[in-house]
Amino acid sequence: MPIRHASGTESEPAIAGADLDRAVVQARDLVRRYGEGQTAVEALRGVSLDVERGQLVAVMGPSGSGKSTLMHILAGLDKPTSGTVAIAGTELSGLDDTRLTLLRRDHIGFVFQFFNLLPMLTAEENVVLPLSIAHEDVDQAWLDELLTRTGLQEPRKRRPAQISGGQQQRVAIARALITRPTILFADEPTGNLDSRTGGEILALLRDSTEAYGQTIVMVTHDPRAASIADRILFIADGQISKELTEASQSDVLAVMSTLGA
Amino acid sequence: MITVALKGLMGRKLRSALTAIAIILGVAMVSGTYILTDTIKGAFNTVFSDVYKHTDAQITGRSAISNNNSGGGVTAPSVPESLLGRVRALPGVATASGGISDQAGLVGHNGKVIARGGAPGLAFSYSPAGQRFNPLTLTSGNWPANAGQIDIDDATAGKDHYRVGQEIGVVARGPEEHFRIVGTVEIAGVSSLGGSTIALFTLPEAQRLFNKENKLDSVSVAAKSGTSPGQLVKEIQPLLPVSAQVRTGKAQAANQSSTTSGFLSTFQAFLLAFGGIALFVGSFVIANTLSITIAQRTRELATLRSLGATRRQVLRSVLLEALVIGTLASVVGLFCGLALAKALNSLLNSLGIDLPAASTVFATRTVIVSLAVGIIVTVLAALRPALRATRVPPIAAVREGAVLPPTRFAKYGTYAAAATVSVAVALMLIGLFVSGLSTGLRLLAIGVGAAALFVGVSMFAPKLVPPLARVLGWPAARFGGAAGSLARRNAIRDPSRTASTASALMIGLTLVTLVGVLAAGLRTRLDNAINTQFLANYALTSTDNFTPIGVASSNALRGVPGVQVVSGVRAGQGKAFGGTINVSGVDGDITKVVAITWKHGNAQTPAQLGDTGAFVDTSYAQALDLHVGSPINVEVPSGQTLHLRLSGIYSPPKGGAPFGDVTVSTALFDSAYQNPQNVFTFINTAGGVTAANTQRLQTALGSFPDAKLQTKAQFAHNQEQGFSTLLNLLYVLLSLSIVISLFGIVNTLVLTVFERTRELGMLRAVGMTRRQVRRMIRYESVITALLGAALAIPLGIILALMVGVAIGYPAVTIPVGTLVVFVIAAVIAGLIAAVFPARRAGRLNVLAALQYE
Repeated sequence: MPIRHASGTESEPAIAGADLDRAVVQARDLVRRYGEGQTAVEALRGVSLDVERGQLVAVMGPSGSGKSTLMHILAGLDKPTSGTVAIAGTELSGLDDTRLTLLRRDHIGFVFQFFNLLPMLTAEENVVLPLSIAHEDVDQAWLDELLTRTGLQEPRKRRPAQISGGQQQRVAIARALITRPTILFADEPTGNLDSRTGGEILALLRDSTEAYGQTIVMVTHDPRAASIADRILFIADGQISKELTEASQSDVLAVMSTLGA
Repeated sequence: MITVALKGLMGRKLRSALTAIAIILGVAMVSGTYILTDTIKGAFNTVFSDVYKHTDAQITGRSAISNNNSGGGVTAPSVPESLLGRVRALPGVATASGGISDQAGLVGHNGKVIARGGAPGLAFSYSPAGQRFNPLTLTSGNWPANAGQIDIDDATAGKDHYRVGQEIGVVARGPEEHFRIVGTVEIAGVSSLGGSTIALFTLPEAQRLFNKENKLDSVSVAAKSGTSPGQLVKEIQPLLPVSAQVRTGKAQAANQSSTTSGFLSTFQAFLLAFGGIALFVGSFVIANTLSITIAQRTRELATLRSLGATRRQVLRSVLLEALVIGTLASVVGLFCGLALAKALNSLLNSLGIDLPAASTVFATRTVIVSLAVGIIVTVLAALRPALRATRVPPIAAVREGAVLPPTRFAKYGTYAAAATVSVAVALMLIGLFVSGLSTGLRLLAIGVGAAALFVGVSMFAPKLVPPLARVLGWPAARFGGAAGSLARRNAIRDPSRTASTASALMIGLTLVTLVGVLAAGLRTRLDNAINTQFLANYALTSTDNFTPIGVASSNALRGVPGVQVVSGVRAGQGKAFGGTINVSGVDGDITKVVAITWKHGNAQTPAQLGDTGAFVDTSYAQALDLHVGSPINVEVPSGQTLHLRLSGIYSPPKGGAPFGDVTVSTALFDSAYQNPQNVFTFINTAGGVTAANTQRLQTALGSFPDAKLQTKAQFAHNQEQGFSTLLNLLYVLLSLSIVISLFGIVNTLVLTVFERTRELGMLRAVGMTRRQVRRMIRYESVITALLGAALAIPLGIILALMVGVAIGYPAVTIPVGTLVVFVIAAVIAGLIAAVFPARRAGRLNVLAALQYE
C-alpha cells in the first residue's frame, strides 16, 4: 500500500508500498498544532508514513522543520492534534498512560542526543535498566553479546562520568537493544559527539539492523546518515517533502541545500 | 527500580543528608523528651519503691484537700504520737516506728538558703528503732543521735562544700538554728533528687523544730510473718481518728508515684508539643527539599518513564527514597535524643529547674514512637513531591531545561489556600472560645487549627513572595550592586520555592512572636497590678519570690524601731462550692499597704472580718452569684469547715490582686491551718524607704535566710522573674524549630547553586568575582529569612490577640523592641544559613561550571 500524503504536493515521492503486516509503524495524516488561534503554529501539517520491519529510516530536515515532533509522536511521547499512529498494530491514541508505558516496555527503544544515562548506575546496570523496570530476567548471553558488539565489555563496571561520550552513547544503544524492541527511535544520536565518534555510532546502528534485523527510526541532520539509512525522509515545513532510498552523502547534501538547511 | 532509587540516594549524598537533618532534629526532640521524662520518672519510682521497701503499711494524716500541685497550704495533718503504742500492741504488728517529714531549708556558706530550682528542702526524723524502714544510707559519718546533730544529703554536701564536723544553719518554722553535721546520706541509686536538699534530725528534735510535739507525720509498720499487708491495714483501721489513714506500703508508693507522674505527664506533653512543632517545620523542609530535588531530576525521571517505568513505579521509587531517608534519619535522631535529653536537662538546670537524676531510661516505647513518627512524617511530606514526580512526562527526556509540570490541583491553589485558612481559623476559634470543651479537645482544636493555618498561609505565600521580596530586597538591590539586584531577582524567580523555604522559618518565628507579644501583655498587666496596689515601703517574700514561708520572719519585724505596719498575706488551699480554691488570710491593716478598690465594703472591712467574715473579688462573686451576706463554707486540709459570710467584694486590677479566691482574717486562718505561711508580707516604715530603715529590717531578718526583703521596684522585678524563666524556656524550645528551618534555607540554597551551576559559571566568565557570587547568595538568603519574618510577625501578633482575648488578657502591648530583635535575628540567621552554600558557589570552577549539564 502506497504512502499517501495528505497535502498532496507535486513533489510527492513515489515510495515503495509496505505490506501491512511488515509495517511496524503506521502513521496517518498526522497534524500537530501548538498554541491556539492566531499564534497557533503547525509543526506537522499532515504526515503519513509506514516503517517496515528491518528498515533503518532516517528523518532529516532543517531545524524547526517538524522532524523531532514527528519522531516524538511516532514514539508515543507526544500526541498528535489529529491523525493516528499504530505501533506493532496497536493504535496509540486510545491508550491511557499505563498501557502506553507497557507498550513502550515491550516495543520501543530510545537513544537520545544527550545519552540520558543514570549517573549513579554502572554502564552494565544502565544497559539492563529497562529489564529491571519491567521486572524481567536478564538474558545473560544476549547481554554479553551486546556488550561485546558495543565494545563495552571492558568498561562495563564504570559509571557514565568515567567513560567517553562515544562510550556513553554505546551504552544507550545497548540499553535500547536489550529488550529487543520492535522499533528503536534515535533522536540526534550523533548530535552531541565529535565527527569520528559520531561515525562509529552510526556504524553501530547500521550494524544492529544488519545483525539483528532491528527496525530503527533516526532523526538527524548528520548527512552521513545517508551512508547507513535504507530510506531517508526529508521534512520541511511540517511535511514530507522528499524521500530517497539508498542515497549517497552527496545526494543528501544536495536535497538538504534545496530545503535551506 | 529499587536499586535505582537506592543508588540515586547514594549518588545524592549531600542532598539526602540535608533532607535528613530536618528529621534528625525533630526526632531527637521527641526521643530526648521521652528519655528525659522517663529518666525522671525512673528516679522517682526508685525513690518511692525504696522508701517503702520494708514498709508493709503506713499511717499518715488524711488531707481533706487533694494537692493540685500548686504547693502551699496542703499539708496533711499530723497524727497523735499515742497512736504508735496502740499500733505496736496489735497482734499482727512486728514493729512500728513513727517519723516526721516536713520542709526545712539548709543555709549555704553565703548565708542564703540552698535552693536549686524551687525544689523544697526536705526534712526527716531518724530513730534507731525505725532503721528497718529507713530508705537512706550513710555515705559518711553517723546517724544523728542527739539534739544538735544533723545529717545532710551527699549531693548538697558535695555541691555546697559541707563536711562532717562542720556547722550548718537550718530554717524551719522559726529563725535559723545551727546544727553540727555528723553524717551524709543518700537514697540508694539516686544521685540527685532534683534540687531538693535533705536534713535529717533525731525524732524529738524534728518534733520540736516543726512544732509537732507529741505528733507524728507517719507511722511505718512491718507485719509479723503470716500477716499480709492487707490484713495489717484492716487491723490498724479501727484505731485511726478521721484525720488519719492507713495504706499498704505498695499503695503508698503507688499513690506518691501517681502524684509525680501526673506532673511529669504534663511536663512530657509540654516538651512533646515542641517536638511536634519541630517535626512539623521539618516536614516543610523535607517537602521543599524533595520538590527541588525532583525538579532537578526531571530529565532522569522522564528517561525512566521512556524506558518503561509506570507512574506508579516513579511514585514508589520517590516514596522509597523518603522511607530510607526517614528511617536512617529517625535512627540517628533517636540516638541524638540521648544527647538532647542531657542538653534539655542542663537547659532546665540553667533556668533554675532542677530535676532528679538516676540512670538513663531508654524505653522500647521511645524507640517505637520516635521511629514511627520520624518515618511517617518524612513519607507524608514526600507524598506531594512524589505525586508531582509522577506527572513528569516521558517527553521531558528529550527536552532541554524541562520543568516539573504543576499538579492537577495547582489552578485551585488560591481557593484551597483560602479554604485551609478558613478551616484553620474556625478550628482555632472553636478551641479558644467555645465553652464546655475538655482541655484535651480544646488543645487539639487549637493545635490542628494552628498547623492548618501555617499550611494555608504557606499556600498563599507564593503570591505574596514577589511583592514582598521586591520591598525587602530593595536595600540589597539599591546598595548591593549587581550581586544585590540579581539576588532580589533570584529570590522571586521561583516564588513557590522561596515561599515554602520562608514558610518553614515563618512557623518558628510566628510562635516566637506569639510568645513575645503575650509576654509583653502579661508583663504590662503585672506592672499595672503592682503600680496600682503596692502602697507599702517594703515587701518580704521567700527567696524564690513565690513559695509561701513561715510567719516567723514577718513576726520578727514587728518590734523593729521605725516599723509602722507589718501586714502579711497568708496563703493556703481549701474546698468551697465543690472546687479547690486558694484561701488567703490578711491582717486588719492590709489596706494601709495594699490599695483595694471596694465594690462592697471599705478600708475597714479587713479589720472587721473576725471569725466569720470573708471577702472575694468581683469575678468570683459573679461566678457563684455571691452577695454581701452570702454564706461560704470552706473546708480546710485538716478536715475542719469554716462557716463564713461574705462581708466584702473588691474589683481586682488587670493583672490580679495578691489574694486568693476567698480571703479571711489572719486569726481565723492561723486557727484553721496547722502551719500558716505568708506568701507576701508588706511593711511600712517611718520615713519610707531609707538606708537606715533597710539596714534595721535586714538586721532583724538576719536569722531568716529564707526571707527576702525588697523595695517596690525590686518586688516588681522579682515578680517578673518566674515569668521570664518560662519565657526563656519557651524561646529556647522554639529555637529548635527555627534551627530546622535554617537548615531548610541551607538546603534550598545549596540545591539552587547546583541548579544554577552553568549560570554561575557564566556570571563568573563575564567578570563577577568570587566575592560578588558569595554576596549574591548571602543576599538571597537574607531576603528569604526576611520573608519568613515578614509573614511571621503579623501572623504572630494576630494569634496573640486571639489567644489574649480568649484568656481574658487582650494583648494590647506590641513589644516593638523585641520584634526588632527578632527581625535582626532573622537577618543574622539568613547570613549564617548562606555561609556554606555561598562557599560552594564561590568555589565553582568557571570552565567546569560552563560545561556542567
